[in-house]
Amino acid sequence: MIGITTAHSVVEPSARTRWVAGVIVVLYAVLTLVPLVWIILTSVKSPPDSISYPPKVIFSPTVEGYCNLFTTRSRQTEEYLKSLPPPTSNCDQIARDRSMVVAGPSNYIPRFTNSLIIAFGSTALSVGLGVMAAYAFSRFKVPLKDDLLFFILSTRMMPPIAVAIPIYLMYRELGLSDTRLGMILLYSAVNVSLAVWLLKGFIDEIPREYEEAAMVDGYTRLQAFRKVVLPQATTGIVATAIFCLIFAWNEYAFAVLLTSGEAQTAPPFIPIIIGEGGQDWPAVAAGTTLFLIPILVFTVLLRRHLLRGITFGAVRK
Amino acid sequence: MPDTLVTRVAAATPAPLAARVRGLSDRTIKWLFIGPTMLLLLAINIFPLVWTIRLSFTNFRANRPNATVLGVGIDNYISVLTDPDVWQAMQATAHFLFWTISLQTLIGFGLAYLIDRKFRGHGFWTTLILIPMMLSPAVVGNFWAFLYQPQIGLFNYAVSFFTGIPASSFEMIGSVKLAPWSIIIVDTWMWTPYVMLICLAGLRSIPDYIYEAAEVDRASKWRQFWSITLPMVLPFIMLAVLFRGIENFKMFDMVNLLTSGGPGSTTELASITLKREAFEKWRTGYSSAFAIILFVAVFGLANIYVKALNAVKNR
Amino acid sequence: MRSMSQHLAAGFAATLLALGGQSAHAQGKTITLCWAAWDPANALVELSKDFTTKTGTKMKFEFVPWPNFADRMLNELNSKGKLCDLIIGDSQWIGGSAESGHYVKLNDFFAKEGIKMSDFMPATVLGYSEWPKGTPNYWALPAMGDALGWTYRKDWFAKPELQSEFKTKYQRDLAPPKTWDEFKQVAEFFQNRKIDGKTVYGAYLFTERGSEGITMGVSNVLYPFGFKYQDPKKPYNMEGFVNSPDAVKGLEFYKSLYKCCTPPGLTNSYMQEGLDAFKSGQVAMQMNWFAFFPGLYKDPNVGGDKIGFFLNPTEKTKGVQLGGQGISVVAYSPNQAEALAYIKWFATPEVQKKWWALGGYSCHKAVLQDPGFTKSAPFAKEFLESMDSVVDFWAEPSYAQLLLAEQKRVHDFVVADKGTAKQALDGLIADWTKAFKEDGKLK
Repeated sequence: MIGITTAHSVVEPSARTRWVAGVIVVLYAVLTLVPLVWIILTSVKSPPDSISYPPKVIFSPTVEGYCNLFTTRSRQTEEYLKSLPPPTSNCDQIARDRSMVVAGPSNYIPRFTNSLIIAFGSTALSVGLGVMAAYAFSRFKVPLKDDLLFFILSTRMMPPIAVAIPIYLMYRELGLSDTRLGMILLYSAVNVSLAVWLLKGFIDEIPREYEEAAMVDGYTRLQAFRKVVLPQATTGIVATAIFCLIFAWNEYAFAVLLTSGEAQTAPPFIPIIIGEGGQDWPAVAAGTTLFLIPILVFTVLLRRHLLRGITFGAVRK
Repeated sequence: MPDTLVTRVAAATPAPLAARVRGLSDRTIKWLFIGPTMLLLLAINIFPLVWTIRLSFTNFRANRPNATVLGVGIDNYISVLTDPDVWQAMQATAHFLFWTISLQTLIGFGLAYLIDRKFRGHGFWTTLILIPMMLSPAVVGNFWAFLYQPQIGLFNYAVSFFTGIPASSFEMIGSVKLAPWSIIIVDTWMWTPYVMLICLAGLRSIPDYIYEAAEVDRASKWRQFWSITLPMVLPFIMLAVLFRGIENFKMFDMVNLLTSGGPGSTTELASITLKREAFEKWRTGYSSAFAIILFVAVFGLANIYVKALNAVKNR
Repeated sequence: MRSMSQHLAAGFAATLLALGGQSAHAQGKTITLCWAAWDPANALVELSKDFTTKTGTKMKFEFVPWPNFADRMLNELNSKGKLCDLIIGDSQWIGGSAESGHYVKLNDFFAKEGIKMSDFMPATVLGYSEWPKGTPNYWALPAMGDALGWTYRKDWFAKPELQSEFKTKYQRDLAPPKTWDEFKQVAEFFQNRKIDGKTVYGAYLFTERGSEGITMGVSNVLYPFGFKYQDPKKPYNMEGFVNSPDAVKGLEFYKSLYKCCTPPGLTNSYMQEGLDAFKSGQVAMQMNWFAFFPGLYKDPNVGGDKIGFFLNPTEKTKGVQLGGQGISVVAYSPNQAEALAYIKWFATPEVQKKWWALGGYSCHKAVLQDPGFTKSAPFAKEFLESMDSVVDFWAEPSYAQLLLAEQKRVHDFVVADKGTAKQALDGLIADWTKAFKEDGKLK
């Protein structure tokens, strides 16, 4: 090895390799983001611009999409429009220009709120139940443990439509149809299987010695769980919470079948935003963009935990 | 801990007695911790499953709750298994599964490998790549229908920009030949990041010293890849394939909003047929039988697959 | 330009103020009316303000776009939901809703309030209110009359160079077609022609796969060609009527129109896409519901002098696909008294006249038989004529199964190129027979 001076480990890729890898990945990232950028652009186009043929890349932006998302409007006769006081807001002005009048708020905010309540509620419930069950499976002798765990995993194998049939009938009888509680319970049940599996993997990695030492020092099992195990499992809990949240936030099939006026979330609502004759693409795009933001923020802030989460130690040595 | 009378007494108490004295016993905690989860699963997963099995042997229709319900034995199962529409749907699902998993695995692993080269800024770009998988599949399907419109959508124009094929000479979701590919493309766009993450975790778990040893043995990079990297990442790849496989078998929202199962029934996946039978035609008994058949199929395949996965893990 | 968030905040404030203003009067109840989300629904919102002023009951609206309307509302009714007090349900739901007890039977109410069905056009009473058909059992008040009509680009038809070219080619004037053969000629004439620098196409046809689009579209061709749903003398006997040689010809004709003379890429398109296509100047003729014609007439790009309307072409006979809905009271509603009051208000001739003026299609004779009606809008005459020859799809309780069967068979043949027209119609009879057997209507 005379004459070779390596200032770095021999397994590190060369600078050239890294550059090539970087270029390819950046290209992929840009390509994959183009549809998303197009969505955001569409949200600030006017409805005629959004359906222009061929599609417009240069256009004058407007907030009409967002206005249409948050309001309902009705078309009026010219005489009626002239008899109204001057428009009170930008959205009102835009509507008037199209011979329409703002008739009231749309259902977007209530749907968005439902999404927040149901998604965060069910995440809290499933992660809470999941961490407890995972701890028990990890630390205690549970009869038929492996079978129970596989059974828990298999609950995720039914197509949601299939499960929806009896749930629909059951909820109809119990009066849980179209209620937020019903949806929270449903999503928690679907997510808890994932939560148990993920968290068991994480908790398995935490050496028992820590809590046993704590218990020798006088902590009860519960206190040891709370004060020793949970802090160590924070990464795992956060990762699990992200996955549960993404599922509950974006879920559509159950939402469209089991909710309507009261508890409907945003995903069934956004694709059916209709403007005057035709899907109101700027409003749909606006709804999509706004709906993406909470999840995006949540995930970017906690992205380090994501990586740890997906393999949940099940495949580690 | 402070040396008081209490602690000295505590230290002196024999362990079993101490365990009982110190709050709830382990047994109680065990059942307290597992109980609620099992209860929830029983109520929302198992009980409905049993109910579905019961319904599958009847001619119940959910939109006629007052009609008399007759038991029909296994007629529904026979109907489902001999229905050419069902087999068409299973074929469409199989085609979808095969291609999405293949493409996502190839591209996902490739991306993960490149990211693992750790070029500058890879964390930032990785986060960006993750964004498509955070969207709601239903909203994605709806929006891609817009992108795929030949006259007003971006996709055809982008393709013609890069390849020169005229934009109005083909259509994605309208043509019998291309529609199945349109759903494959969207699913791959959405979920390749997921596979990439899993593969990345796998790649990162390979310790450096193995590579260093290989370098010392003067193994070529190519050999290192085939005999170290790939075998050690294989369990992770198999896991990704398992999860994507289960999810895409159940795929409903994205495809339903993108193509409604059309044109004709070329993209009508099993779940879409199931939804039509159950919630549009209201043939509850029939669709319950279909649901059970689907479940058994996935369960069986997953079982076999997990055994294979464990075998790979433990070698 | 001020920032987006400032605009949004201003918009919010304005809507809050507007809301505050409205709730100043009336401590009365609020009832919810459910309908599809389309132009007439917006008109109804305006119209209903009168009801609130007169009775103090406030109105809330739940509008769902057409492709999801049936699914969502039938789901709601089947789960005994309390979302809707009033529902303007599609004409085909009457059978199922009447037999399953979703709708309140209105005979007694009509008698008590003096609302006479003879005041409404017979085709609408039959189509939107009666179940079983042909019997005086009323489950809805005819609310929105509708049929499938046609719009065309009058300004293109008026271009002198096009007129002379057409006349040379076909020895007749370029004008709205009266028969289907004429229609195809006009469509072929415009297909791939360059007008004002852009390529345009002949016609827009319904091809939607998911809910009811392609069935509604193809029926408009099948009926004039001679298609019938069943033997008029033997109910539910379809052989020779659904798949008669004329019906087969009609189905083949629809496919030939789809292949020769429509814009590319419209393989799953219904009302909205048609409006988009026509408004963006892609097609010369568009098939769509009369409900949209008021809005189209007012469109800045293609309305006014640029738009014309014509009746569904005839062939061997005439026939137009019926649309439209009746308004019903949901049996699970806790506000039935207020809901019935709404129906009473809606049925008065003054309200019906205002309904037409705002863009809704009244079914009341006082409006439709008024001498000034045909002049009141450029499509009024065509509407009235259409209502003379309307035919509706099955309104059986199992209508969804029947509709989905036709959707699949027709879409498979027309769009996905599967099999022949005869095979499609034979298959359709098999599907329908199965559905009727399951329902006990056939042995």
